[in-house]
Amino acid sequence: MPIIEVDNLTYYYPGSSKPALANISLNVEKGDFLLITGPSGSGKSTLVRTFNGLIPHLFGGRFEGKVLVKGKDTRYCSVAELSKTVGIVFQDPENQILTLSVEREIAFGLENLGLPRKVIRERMEKVLKDLNIVHLRERIPIELSVGEQQKVIVASIIAMMPEVLVFDEPTAHMDPLSALKFLELVHELNKRGYTVVVVEHRLDLVAKYANKIIILNNGRIVVKGEPRNILPSDIAEECGVDVPRYIRFFKRISNLAKISRYPISDEEAAETLKEVLGYGRSY
Amino acid sequence: MGEAIEVRNLWYIYPNGVVALKGINLEIRLGEKVAIVGPNGAGKSTLIKHFNGLLKPTKGVVRVFGVDTRKTTVATLARRIGIVFQNPYHQFFSEKVWDEVAFALKNFGFPEETIRHRVTKVLRLFDLYDYADRSPFTLSSGEMRRLAMASILAYDPDIIVFDEPTVGQDRFHKEKIREYIKLLSSQGKTIILVTHDIDFVVEEFDRLIVMSEGRIIADGAPREILYNEEILTKASLILPQIPRLVKYSEIPFLLKHKPLTEDELLIAVLGILRGDGGRC
Ligand SMILES: Nc1ncnc2c1ncn2[C@@H]1O[C@H](COP(=O)(O)OP(=O)(O)OP(=O)(O)O)[C@@H](O)[C@H]1O
Ligand SMILES: Nc1ncnc2c1ncn2[C@@H]1O[C@H](COP(=O)(O)OP(=O)(O)O)[C@@H](O)[C@H]1O
Ligand SMILES: [Mg+2]
Ligand SMILES: [Mg+2]
Repeated sequence: MPIIEVDNLTYYYPGSSKPALANISLNVEKGDFLLITGPSGSGKSTLVRTFNGLIPHLFGGRFEGKVLVKGKDTRYCSVAELSKTVGIVFQDPENQILTLSVEREIAFGLENLGLPRKVIRERMEKVLKDLNIVHLRERIPIELSVGEQQKVIVASIIAMMPEVLVFDEPTAHMDPLSALKFLELVHELNKRGYTVVVVEHRLDLVAKYANKIIILNNGRIVVKGEPRNILPSDIAEECGVDVPRYIRFFKRISNLAKISRYPISDEEAAETLKEVLGYGRSY
Repeated sequence: MGEAIEVRNLWYIYPNGVVALKGINLEIRLGEKVAIVGPNGAGKSTLIKHFNGLLKPTKGVVRVFGVDTRKTTVATLARRIGIVFQNPYHQFFSEKVWDEVAFALKNFGFPEETIRHRVTKVLRLFDLYDYADRSPFTLSSGEMRRLAMASILAYDPDIIVFDEPTVGQDRFHKEKIREYIKLLSSQGKTIILVTHDIDFVVEEFDRLIVMSEGRIIADGAPREILYNEEILTKASLILPQIPRLVKYSEIPFLLKHKPLTEDELLIAVLGILRGDGGRC
């Protein structure tokens, strides 16, 4: 049984005559690393909001088809209950801040899970370290820089250890090195068994970790598959996906040099470049 | 050319005691195009909030068009320097997208006709025209950010500061923002961009300022800065995509050429393929 199953979902926000999602069908299996991308306004965040029932419960609107989380229809489960399985970090960190200290922000969700003090302490120390925000622990979240806030919110969800971790443009405000490290951390979590869904534009840093990618456009899934096959496709380019520069580069020279397969990481891109230019693997 | 912005020994301490800026010195000339990068918490947003007087120096001076920001008002400065903030929803208060853009224009006393013309123009430019009657708060995050840009650009300030404009934008919209920045620059506007999108920077900007822990640690040409490992590490930067590819490939000819963009790499690679590039 898929951990999340979206079955022919069409959704209209209240008062809207154009669907934000149209005929979406999608399975997220246990252990998947699903990457969702697509142009601005294509429905990425809307789709993510259906994974813990915020849509339809909080947003209302017209909801056709269904979303099942571990086999349960989200229409008949509360957001609170669904959130135990699916932890979501939404876009725009500031709107998600609930408390007056970074430590409280992280402890809040853990206390709601009814965890013992000792466990809360341990998890807190771990995520503060993992997100490199130990120095911010006593600060007031609303008085942090936007990137710092983003790290705090991400930490607060990771600490809860839900089976499915969903991040909506988590690195949008992280500096490049933080973004790289964060995505490595998500990869680690995925390897340890967490199911991961990430909405991202920084495909150069994340594509290599995903086993599945979907591209949304105008509320529809225009293509799904493996990142290695999808990203070099013309459809990705036509939708305005920020295809990694190295893939675009090799596409541009593909009539001059034979490209055996398109790379999906920096390392592979370097190998491909050496091949193209006739530099041996060990020269 | 005169100075658009002059910062002298600027220190800023937030009321909670955080020392966010530690002696910043900076000059930005009229018509210049400058990008500011640096790790989270480096003080980038704090710095630019001084440019329209929203924050006042704890110590030191900030002059905009030669005027000390402590001796004038935010409203006066705002007419000539527009800042698109990092949290767009902070600046929204209208019920409709249209009114949001029209607001500043009305405030500055533009005639009705001009307002209609300009609002239409920027909304179309940023693909928001169809949303004119929607509430700004129902837009997607990327759309909100474009609305924030539209409402500043509509009144045509002389200096435009963008704090993270490319966040949440797809390639087409990034391209549009790039084209627009080019256009503004060709009209003599001063452009200041704060960003983590280093690939966007190298394709458009020729002056890069790197901040770290409240200080400026580098100020110069992107090519020199980005091929300097020490600065990169200090600034929590990673190389842009093309230099990263060059670095991993370890091809001496390319390392020497230091290409920053796809186009530059293409030229260098064509050189090698044609045989006039050094295989060393
Ligand atoms: N309103 C505030 N009150 C107190 N401290 C603040 C406030 N805003 C920011 N700070 C602190 O000031 C320092 C600089 O923050 P600033 O927002 O300027 O960083 P930034 O370089 O823009 O970071 P980012 O890349 O995350 O946007 C940080 O240590 C931050 O925690
Ligand atoms: N609360 C809302 N009410 C009405 N329309 C909305 C709301 N949120 C988003 N939309 C619209 O739905 C579409 C998809 O938005 P969203 O899922 O946020 O896009 P993405 O995350 O892909 O950028 C956009 O056209 C947006 O304007
Ligand atoms: Mg979104
Ligand atoms: Mg900032």
